[in-house]
Amino acid sequence: MTERKEVWITGIGILSSLGEGLDAHWDALDAKRINIDDKRFAPYIVHPIAPVSFDAQIPKKGDQRQMEAWQRIGTYAAGLALDSAGVKGNQEILSRMDMIVAAGGGERDLAVDTAILNADARGNFSPGFLNERLMSELRPTLFLAQLSNLLAGNIAIVHGVRGTSRTFMGEEASSIDAARIALARIEAGQSDIALVGGAYNGERLDLLVLFEFGDFNLTGEFARVWARENNSGFALGSAGAFLVLESREHAEARGAKPYAKLSKVVADLAQRKQAGAVTKSLEALWSKLGVGDDAGVVVTGATGAEPVTSEERAFLRQHQGLAVRATGTMFGHTVEAQFPLGVALAALSISRGALFPPNDPTGFEVEKSDPPTQIVVVGTGHWQGEGMALVETIK
Amino acid sequence: MIGRSIDGGSMATPRDKFGRPIVVVTGMGIVTSLGAGKTDNWAKLAAGESGIKTVTRFPIEGLRTTMAGTIDFIAVDPFTSTRLSERIAEIATEEALAQSGIGSKGDFPGPLFLAVAPVETEWPQRLELGRLIDKKEFDYHDMLRASGGGRFAAYHDRFMFGSVAKYLAENFGTKGSPISLSTACASGATAIQLGVEAIRRGEADAALCVATDGSVNPEAVVRFSLLSALSTQNDPPQAASKPFSKNRDGFVMAEGAGALVLESYEAATARGATILGVVAGCGELTDSFHRTRSSPDGKPIIGCMRKTLADAGMAPEQIDHINAHGTATPENDKMEYLTTSAVFGEQISKIPVSSNKSMVGHTISAAGAVEAIFSLLTLEHQRIPPTINYDVPDPTIHFDVVGNKARDARVTAVMSNSFGFGGQNASLILMREPA
Repeated sequence: MTERKEVWITGIGILSSLGEGLDAHWDALDAKRINIDDKRFAPYIVHPIAPVSFDAQIPKKGDQRQMEAWQRIGTYAAGLALDSAGVKGNQEILSRMDMIVAAGGGERDLAVDTAILNADARGNFSPGFLNERLMSELRPTLFLAQLSNLLAGNIAIVHGVRGTSRTFMGEEASSIDAARIALARIEAGQSDIALVGGAYNGERLDLLVLFEFGDFNLTGEFARVWARENNSGFALGSAGAFLVLESREHAEARGAKPYAKLSKVVADLAQRKQAGAVTKSLEALWSKLGVGDDAGVVVTGATGAEPVTSEERAFLRQHQGLAVRATGTMFGHTVEAQFPLGVALAALSISRGALFPPNDPTGFEVEKSDPPTQIVVVGTGHWQGEGMALVETIK
Repeated sequence: MIGRSIDGGSMATPRDKFGRPIVVVTGMGIVTSLGAGKTDNWAKLAAGESGIKTVTRFPIEGLRTTMAGTIDFIAVDPFTSTRLSERIAEIATEEALAQSGIGSKGDFPGPLFLAVAPVETEWPQRLELGRLIDKKEFDYHDMLRASGGGRFAAYHDRFMFGSVAKYLAENFGTKGSPISLSTACASGATAIQLGVEAIRRGEADAALCVATDGSVNPEAVVRFSLLSALSTQNDPPQAASKPFSKNRDGFVMAEGAGALVLESYEAATARGATILGVVAGCGELTDSFHRTRSSPDGKPIIGCMRKTLADAGMAPEQIDHINAHGTATPENDKMEYLTTSAVFGEQISKIPVSSNKSMVGHTISAAGAVEAIFSLLTLEHQRIPPTINYDVPDPTIHFDVVGNKARDARVTAVMSNSFGFGGQNASLILMREPA
């Protein structure tokens, strides 16, 4: 094979509970701001999406109507990333830009579901009942707002990203693999420029139900991620996070200004039936990055769910002197957006020459005063999959 | 079903003309509504049999479409579409691994790329939860409050999007983080493409590419039905799927799974594996025109096929069979002819074209892999399976459709096309031997 190409992060787009865009997020992180709603789904807690005018990135109302919230969040964040990379509207580049989106599924029509469930509970359930209700009450285009690959589809329609389009599924791990594969393709010359990211709407009862099946939701009193030892769980967070990755030569040829270099992305699937497997897996992944422990920086998507958060903390404690930041505290658990969000914040920190402050009453997160040159992004799935990225200053 | 080994002498180098590792297929497994396994599937496919029948899995009252290519001969209990997808993927993978002889039991020496239907909590489980709520009128907050405590812990695991890949990765011992993907009706082709790319990058010597779809359930049927995508020619069900016919009226949903073991030519020959075929090229190009419709000028599909030819380093004249997407929707077949004829020019009337979907229906997420396997079997047997129900040809589609009866032909290179909602277009070129 030819020599691996260097890959730069040249675009970042974030929309979350803390606002939109890079300055708003930088200020919010600096102010240690957290935006939660503990009433709407009480006793469950969510980080709701910040108020936003979707028109700014999705100008056609018709397009907005064809999407549900997760797609609007993602399409919006993707637009911010394209703007940030300076490629919005550049048809020559967009026509060959590759895309890997990490996605789950879209919103259900809970009114229809609830009516069916109530009728069933009352015993009104003839053989064709479900068919008839679904046929008569489901909005025909709702399916298109639910299909996993239709976030990518909407990004293609709204922003014109139309090289290749791949959607990875599988919760947190899907977003790690999206970054991993996009990086590998560019390094190997299979792609020059790619849009990578994910989006999540955490304000959904059906998803709270799904995670409640496994008792993963944070309830009652909100606590920061490292302070959940006696009340574990995650608060779902709404967010979209997208990155533009491109080869150094491609970026230089068009005069793009990079945020940072994406040097490595590694991932694995630990056999979690064995206690300690996640700690071991993270240690093995860390050794693949080739970074030292001294004054290192880790931005992690640690969820607060157990036992995985304790296993991750055990791994982090094996590396003395790390400055750790858990994005879950400020953003909630954003599932498919978790990893690109971490990479985005790492790249932003590198480009601003500072790491955002700790937000942790336990003292596990420590101050870091000197400019970070290497940041390791850790993504550990709440029930499976783990991975890391190495984001570095460009030399 | 013994594959003929490629004569090593004819291949001086394990690299293609672009210097990349040549990617070969050393194992295949398949499950469709026609049956489990390549032998059974090929015999029925070549004989023009249909796997489409009236649905018996769930009540059909109130549905406009009442037939599908369901897989009813494999039982899963409790039934969920996701578990059925998982089980048929497992059966197909076992067959592919047994044929390939690669690795050892529970130790596949490479990554997993899985095309799988999107996952969500299904109606039986949702209803089970609702029935627990002791209230006259309840809402979804009540549902939420009834969900925890561990009673439904297994449903969390079942309805995670990554659940099927996790199960397969653990059972077959694939390496690294398994990838679950969806590119809608092109998913199966994308899984193969990801495997090809990984081997070409030199990241892996082998990849397990699996595509599966077991999602014929009431809501899935309703969803496609509401988009007017499905045939409603319910009687007789086996005649419903009519690709390239004038009286076609939609696709027929179906279940299926396909598994392929891909290897670099070098690794496969080093271990003395029988080579079943070559993935000579793959290509993909997104259509940004509309969520469900192709760009009227067909440029993205045309571009996709041309990219695939370029990836294989081949000219259109070198393709001697097209395994069409051929869903039998009025729009797809029309667009497929328009675009394919633009790529192949006048030569198109001389290339035999066939759609497996006339017999096995549209296996959606699995289709790209299922049809790649049928393409490889076509190469092996030098016999093109028919497009059945081809009684009233569409006079505007001038394909040389292999209508109703299988045709013996010299086939060296097959193009297999897949197009999906969301502007997904993917093509593969499969060959018996390297170009």
